[in-house]
Amino acid sequence: MSVLQKVTEALAKVMPDKGPDPLIETWHIVGQPLSRLDGPLKVSGAARFAAEVPLENLAYASLVLSTIAKGRILRIHSDDARRAIGVITVMTHENAPRMHAPPQMFTYRDSAATSNLPVMQDNRVHWNGEPVALVVAESQEAADYAASLIRVEYEPETAALSFDARKPEAKPPKDILGEPPDITVGGAEDALRRSAFRVDQLYRTPRYNHNAIELHATAAKWGSDGTLTVHDASQALAATRDTIAKSFALEPEKVRVMAPFVGGAFGNKCVWNHTFLCIAAAKLTARAVRIVLTREEVFRITGGRTLSEQRVALGANRDGTLAGLIHTGITGVVSHNAFPEQFTFPARHLYAAEHMLIQQKVVELDMVANTSMRAPGESIGTFALESALDELAIECSLDPIELRRRIEPQKDPTRNIPFSSRNLLEAYRRGAERFGWAQRNPAPGSQRDGAWQIGQGVATAYYPYYRMPGGSARLRITADGRAVVQAAAHEMGMGTATVQVQHAAERLALPVERVSFEYGDTHFPDSPVAGGSNQTVSIVAAVTAAVQELVEKLLRLCGKDSPLAGSRAADVGARDGGLYRLDNPTRGESYRAILQRAGRDYLECTAKAPMPAEMKKYSMQSFGAQFCEVRVNEVSGEIRISRWLGSFDTGRILNPKTAGSQFRGGIIMGIGMALTEESFFDERSGRFVNASLAEYHVPVHLDIPQIEVIWNDIPDPQAPLGLHGIGEIGITGTAAAVANAVYNATGKRIRELPITLDKILTAPPTLRRSVATSATPR
Amino acid sequence: MNEFSYERATDPAAAIRLFSKCNGRNPRYLAGGTNLVDLMREDIEQPGTIIDVSGISQAIQRREDGAILLGAGAKNTAVASHRDIRERFPMLTQAIVNGASAQIRNMATVGGNLMQRTRCYYFYDSAARCNKRVRGSGCDALDGFNRIHAILGTSAHCIATHPSDMCVALAALDAIVHIEGPSGPRRLKLTDLHRLPGDTPDVETELAPGELITAVEIPPLPPATRSVYRKVRDRASYAFALVSVAAAVQLNESGDSILAARLALGGVAHRPWRASVAEGVLQGAPATEERFRQAAEAELQLAVGRAHNAFKIDLAKRVVVDTLKELTRRPGDEP
Ligand SMILES: Cc1cc2nc3c(=O)[nH]c(=O)nc-3n(C[C@H](O)[C@H](O)[C@H](O)COP(=O)(O)OP(=O)(O)OC[C@H]3O[C@@H](n4cnc5c(N)ncnc54)[C@H](O)[C@@H]3O)c2cc1C
Ligand code: SF4
Repeated sequence: MSVLQKVTEALAKVMPDKGPDPLIETWHIVGQPLSRLDGPLKVSGAARFAAEVPLENLAYASLVLSTIAKGRILRIHSDDARRAIGVITVMTHENAPRMHAPPQMFTYRDSAATSNLPVMQDNRVHWNGEPVALVVAESQEAADYAASLIRVEYEPETAALSFDARKPEAKPPKDILGEPPDITVGGAEDALRRSAFRVDQLYRTPRYNHNAIELHATAAKWGSDGTLTVHDASQALAATRDTIAKSFALEPEKVRVMAPFVGGAFGNKCVWNHTFLCIAAAKLTARAVRIVLTREEVFRITGGRTLSEQRVALGANRDGTLAGLIHTGITGVVSHNAFPEQFTFPARHLYAAEHMLIQQKVVELDMVANTSMRAPGESIGTFALESALDELAIECSLDPIELRRRIEPQKDPTRNIPFSSRNLLEAYRRGAERFGWAQRNPAPGSQRDGAWQIGQGVATAYYPYYRMPGGSARLRITADGRAVVQAAAHEMGMGTATVQVQHAAERLALPVERVSFEYGDTHFPDSPVAGGSNQTVSIVAAVTAAVQELVEKLLRLCGKDSPLAGSRAADVGARDGGLYRLDNPTRGESYRAILQRAGRDYLECTAKAPMPAEMKKYSMQSFGAQFCEVRVNEVSGEIRISRWLGSFDTGRILNPKTAGSQFRGGIIMGIGMALTEESFFDERSGRFVNASLAEYHVPVHLDIPQIEVIWNDIPDPQAPLGLHGIGEIGITGTAAAVANAVYNATGKRIRELPITLDKILTAPPTLRRSVATSATPR
Repeated sequence: MNEFSYERATDPAAAIRLFSKCNGRNPRYLAGGTNLVDLMREDIEQPGTIIDVSGISQAIQRREDGAILLGAGAKNTAVASHRDIRERFPMLTQAIVNGASAQIRNMATVGGNLMQRTRCYYFYDSAARCNKRVRGSGCDALDGFNRIHAILGTSAHCIATHPSDMCVALAALDAIVHIEGPSGPRRLKLTDLHRLPGDTPDVETELAPGELITAVEIPPLPPATRSVYRKVRDRASYAFALVSVAAAVQLNESGDSILAARLALGGVAHRPWRASVAEGVLQGAPATEERFRQAAEAELQLAVGRAHNAFKIDLAKRVVVDTLKELTRRPGDEP
């Protein structure tokens, strides 16, 4: 942490609260289930994605990927490829334009590069699947064919590929997204030994890949004036621009990056090798070049969620309170990024325990850089923690919801500061009532329907509130009474434009039809990465600032003939498409009237969101309760989910329709994580062997039951508009709810994801009071 | 993908002629393309010429004797939804609709389904060693990810499975494959079409180069036969079978003894696995769970599991027993 950061942090802690957003209880437009504004474009095919943007004189690129995990390239035989019909050039480390190694994302805010390795600058190979050559040709087919003719000779070196083999060398990372890797409160191991009830288990989660439906794509064109235009499937436009500028030694202003639509991202649409290579190829050939990854390439050159082994040990007192909570473990990472996968974050903020031990370690492997995938850390961390709590509830003979009631903390257990808003127990209460939790038979194996054993499980969902610094927005109001908001924000299918129009319309008191939101282009003011579920609230904060500034400008414009003459910003409020005095609601006029009298076509301002001081002073978290019912076939071990209810506590809900879809999408992804998904990493070669959607099993429709989602809708007084981001929380707690339901159905406790039928068939019925036998970091 | 030429054949004779003409160009017959085109995209298959036979004999006919003749070009969907099939061979309909997706079944043909290739991960990755792709190069599945691999009839050279569902039902139904080729027409039992891997896993069927499947014949079943197809898989849909069972049972009048049983397994071998050992145990036996278990044990006695697929041995037994129980259940029996 820099000195400046420390000072602002200290200041933020003593500064008085700003007071809640005045719109926090306003429900005219905000809170309405407005349909997605981009819906018609999507269903009519008019929404253009990076792979589809028409470009003049376009050339096409195809990649050749390494087939060794580590070593040197000795020779690249590309003569046949160069001679093939339609080929413009072959690019390798021998002729690639010079590029500076990018700074690392997660370490530098203005970087979106998921690795700081040089890209095709030397003969080193760092992972199996790293691009080693690229063909540019007049058609995609010609490029692909020529790429298949290239032969590469390697000198392989011994690579570190086995997670289990390297575990003994695990070490703590420098930090975990700025947080310490270790936290110790008292003596948790001792407390555990002394406690009346104990659970001490290992949980394992495999590698996962995002598999957004849109494949990664980049198209790049250099202008004769040294400018660069890039169309990129991106969830981090501003940071992508800055990353590219650094790599190619350009002024950021010379680079324009666009992504009006992104077909799903989930943390994976940042800057990977292909983006740099596409731009380099465009430079080398002086042509517009496009590259679209194949599904297999998405697995090989973009990273996913890494694997983990986690120990959760819980010791409970006779009254069900926690004497000790231990959450430790190891993940597999690479040396060229900084992403340990924050699986211990939930345990830091969720429950009260007298003694705590939290510790993360990593082992470095030679693989493609792992990265954030929807609720990185929290998704797999809640699997371990919430499974262990279920086990503890059984040890204590307590209902699992009752157990959570007994360990509900009064303030953040590791930060020792108050929660801004925490209504987890209310989410449990409402969820339990709706799901019919009281009717559940807690005895494992007690419900059945023919060969199907039925069980219900519950788990806490948890995701932090983030608002990243650096949000800004431009707001223009025109003489015909319309407003346009602009920000370099991202629409990855979640309804960004829709909810931002709702917010701006509410704040300006204009009908939604008169407000538009323009985004997806670095020509607009910077937005932070669409990650950490922070985009919505970050833009809301920026637009709020812009509206404040605009109101001041409007009032200055008013002049003495206006009914608002002499008013200050604090004296007025927005109503009916204009500004009216708060002390005399009849005094005021429309934006239109103000602008027309002043003879202005429009008024515009750009504003930055204030620093997220709220996060320093308060522990700001989102919560939820996941309820799941499974059916497990006694004969085959097949598991099918028959019912789901998610009950969330995520501040206020801006749009129930788009929010419902976000929650449901997260739960569906969580069901995939729980039951069917796993990237098979062959530790002999370092290659993924199921790099296709045929063999990497995301859930299909038939795997997903009707999913009911409800929410508390209690505004967080510290958050802009009272809202929290909600894009990620849906996946958290999901896998644990499934595992807990499977236990209830069968009496079998599966501690390794995914819970496939072979694990059910071969698992022994779980004995009570079982204690982990294998050693983990202590 | 490599460059290739495309020819379209209107009848079997023309197809075979074209094949012989292009013999130096590694020709392949193309039907629905749902498997071949995939493999061409992955560079696993590199035909110089593809001969489109999808237009040849799409008919589904019922012969006088009650047998059904499925034209090799008949789409999987057409077969599954055909009235005679639905009513008289429900297990075939079940097998087909439990495979792939509706879109794929609308394209996939009878001939293509029989001839589709394995889904072994390493077969699909040209950077891996695979005896089926490159004879003698080795088999990365033996000590690699082999959860979906075979447990019966495997060899030290290949443990891949034949992935079809439809073929498992056809194997149980005693189907006969009609073939035409450069040296004339012939017929093969479906259960003799696919080979075990042995030391030439690259040779997958008994078809000689240029031989074309023209139809599949399903002989009539004895009356009072009950049949079912049961597929166990990782997802509820759109996943290949880990284990599947096609079973048909003919019971005596009182329903307590088995006159004849037909049993085939999928997902366990390099070919649709007709479980004739189990059938022998069941023939004339009382329809009891104990006897079903004996049959399953006998069939899987020689099964060999590897690191990840050993569970299939027990799973196959369980599913065989349960399927037979379901088929022989009498009204009023406890489920
Ligand atoms: C994602 C996915 C999931 C799938 N899931 C399943 C599943 O769950 N269960 C299942 O059973 N199948 C499944 N399939 C496979 C599908 O059934 C096959 O791809 C299909 O049956 C092949 O038929 P086709 O007509 O498209 O064959 P093609 O792809 O056209 O041809 C396949 C092969 O058959 C040869 N061939 C075609 N016709 C003839 C003929 N008349 N004589 C001789 N040789 C011929 C071709 O030369 C080629 O080698 C799946 C496929 C995909 C892509
Ligand atoms: S099992 Fe067969 S198909 Fe798979 S890698 Fe081995 S030889 Fe190839």
